[in-house]
Amino acid sequence: MEDRKCTGCNCQQGQDPRFEELAKVIEEYRDMEGALIMVLHKAQDIFGYLPEDVQKFVAQGLNLPLSEVYGVTTFYSYFSLKPRGKYRIAVCLGTACYVRGAAEIVSAIEKHLNIKVNDTSSDGRFTLEVSRCIGACGLAPVMTVNEDVYGRLTPDKIPEILNRYE
Amino acid sequence: MERIKLTIDGNPVEVEAGTTILEAAQKIGVHIPTLCYHPELRLEGACRICVVEVEGMRNLVASCVYPVANNMVVKTNSEAVRRARRTIVELLIANHPQDCLVCSRHGECELQDLSRQLGIRKVRFSGEKRDLALDESSYSVVRDPNKCILCGRCVRVCAETQSVSAIGMANRGSDSIVTTPFNLGLAEGPCVGCGQCINVCPVAALREKDDTERVWEALQDSKTHVVVQVAPAVRAALGEEFGLRAGSLVTGKLVTALRKLGFDQVFDTQFAADLTIMEEGHEFISRLQKRENLPLITSCSPGWVSYCERFYPDMLPHVSTCKSPQQMFGALAKTYYAQKAGINPAHIFSVSIMPCTAKKTEAARAEMQASGYRDVDAVITTRELANMIREAGIDFANLSEGEFDLPMGMSTGAGTIFGITGGVMEAALRTVAEMLDGQELPEVEFQQVRGFAGVREATVRIAGQDVRVAIANGLAQANRLLERIKAGEAEYHFIEIMGCPGGCIGGGGQPLSKDPDIRMKRATALYRQDMLKKVRKSHENPAVQELYRSFLGEPNGEKAHQLLHTHYHARSRY
Ligand code: SF4
Ligand code: SF4
Ligand code: SF4
Ligand code: FES
Repeated sequence: MEDRKCTGCNCQQGQDPRFEELAKVIEEYRDMEGALIMVLHKAQDIFGYLPEDVQKFVAQGLNLPLSEVYGVTTFYSYFSLKPRGKYRIAVCLGTACYVRGAAEIVSAIEKHLNIKVNDTSSDGRFTLEVSRCIGACGLAPVMTVNEDVYGRLTPDKIPEILNRYE
Repeated sequence: MERIKLTIDGNPVEVEAGTTILEAAQKIGVHIPTLCYHPELRLEGACRICVVEVEGMRNLVASCVYPVANNMVVKTNSEAVRRARRTIVELLIANHPQDCLVCSRHGECELQDLSRQLGIRKVRFSGEKRDLALDESSYSVVRDPNKCILCGRCVRVCAETQSVSAIGMANRGSDSIVTTPFNLGLAEGPCVGCGQCINVCPVAALREKDDTERVWEALQDSKTHVVVQVAPAVRAALGEEFGLRAGSLVTGKLVTALRKLGFDQVFDTQFAADLTIMEEGHEFISRLQKRENLPLITSCSPGWVSYCERFYPDMLPHVSTCKSPQQMFGALAKTYYAQKAGINPAHIFSVSIMPCTAKKTEAARAEMQASGYRDVDAVITTRELANMIREAGIDFANLSEGEFDLPMGMSTGAGTIFGITGGVMEAALRTVAEMLDGQELPEVEFQQVRGFAGVREATVRIAGQDVRVAIANGLAQANRLLERIKAGEAEYHFIEIMGCPGGCIGGGGQPLSKDPDIRMKRATALYRQDMLKKVRKSHENPAVQELYRSFLGEPNGEKAHQLLHTHYHARSRY
């Protein structure tokens, strides 16, 4: 484990038991094909998202350049580099939703939560994302909050819906 | 090898199986435009500017990756091809900041060339211009992501040629960019400042940190005494910037140009290269006799030193403690020279002209202040010097031949070949062999260490023992060599490593060139200069001998150690 020793960065690896768990994952996958993607998946499960020190830890553990790890984590929308809220709001921007005013729905949410798309509200409750067509065109415009689907939205319905989530 | 027959634009061609359409076309002088393709890098086939029509195929194919087949009929210039090419270039232009008039690549830009070549007069699309921050964190390289056309050449050279991978593609679709991880900037990552990415970038998205303003300022200040040193590789390449044939040796004109620019003393880094050989030669002999810290590895390439600090910290005890010639020169300019000339070192501004961008970072290292001042105040590349010469309106090609000033302008042929891969080794062997054998070398040239292969090795018989040496050029090659040593597959006494392919002549600050033989031509010029020199061994340089006699004392002595040697630090890659 020569190349996993501490390099003097100011990460939390020393104190945080989650890094031990991640180290085990790396050990398990390191020689497999496609190890990077699998390790990053597990890392996101462990940490909830993929902050800088986690990506550095993965790069070092798999002996890959950090630029390669960062290239992968920014390429797949599944990976998140920022902490995500308890509830994930996804507004559909498919064609049907778009023509029926999805953009205004996005603005209404942005205004209500005081965040931009791909951000998380300061209380950690909501992350706002946009998605491609989710196939509920009949209900356009549509959004999901975790597993719940809301259709035929108008901007004025937003505060009331979001207030249901604690 | 199976031979393949095909037709390109009506001309029959015969090539080996596995050849790409692009290569086959080049063979018969048909020019297909390319962008992401680079002859020294892995094929990517991403930009599709090189598309051609192949009879019987529904879609156009990217000729840089598509292999030839028997009886293939290729059209490189059909209406469909021309339309596709134009669209690609127009889209690139639409997303590009079109400030050519004030761009560092104006006149040397592949996007400009393409636009002109395809006769593009208007752009049908209106694109979105990005407004991303410049990365100016490095002393060596500046990245301007707004000018990047995403060809990926820099990413590949950094990974494949240099095994550094400081930069990579990030994001996807229209958000794609080439960047450092987390946009932290080159200085926060493993970048060694070699500038190889600049040399392959088709546009101005990568360029050296421009230090010419600081040099102009010093030159214009009458109270400042400005001394300049010039590295060997500069004289074998600068002529290219002024339309001279590649491989022209322009030493005399270069000296004259520097005087015209107003430098007070024009000195030669080759003097310091001879000095380096004295110090490093003694260091080698002492390590060889004590069998201590072998192999000794050279330290004159700051790209290599930075790489070793980040990727092979356990090898640092093997790296020679000698500073590079640039820094030896700097330490002496503000001590030895200042004393001799009776000038207060505080009033000396010391400039170096280098083929190398990593030298800028080296000069800025905190420990490079042995004189009590910053030893080298400004480093400019061969390209930056050419810009200054142009700006001053100097007709370079027609300058008379000047001579370097003494004493620090005196040098030997050994100092000259420092600019080529294998040259430091050869220069060291010339001196070490004579010192150990105690008699004159029958043959000055060590042909067995010359050449351009990435890794080379030789055994040289010196004073009754076999000295095993190895040479690597380009950091991926250094990596290969060091891995073999670590695995116990090879053992050497002395190793030369240069960070750039070909050595300094192929440095990241050299004139941009599309000539595939450019490194060879520049090397030939330096070998010729070596042959023309009356003195070809560093220890016979009278000015270096005088320096030891009147100032330094013994090689590797106390004063020499204080001024000419340094130490290294293991550094984190991120
Ligand atoms: S990079 Fe080329 S096309 Fe872009 S502004 Fe500079 S000269 Fe013009
Ligand atoms: S300067 Fe060298 S190490 Fe740095 S990004 Fe460019 S190619 Fe890579
Ligand atoms: S920075 Fe230059 S070499 Fe790198 S991808 Fe962009 S245009 Fe190509
Ligand atoms: S040059 Fe062939 S695809 Fe880019």
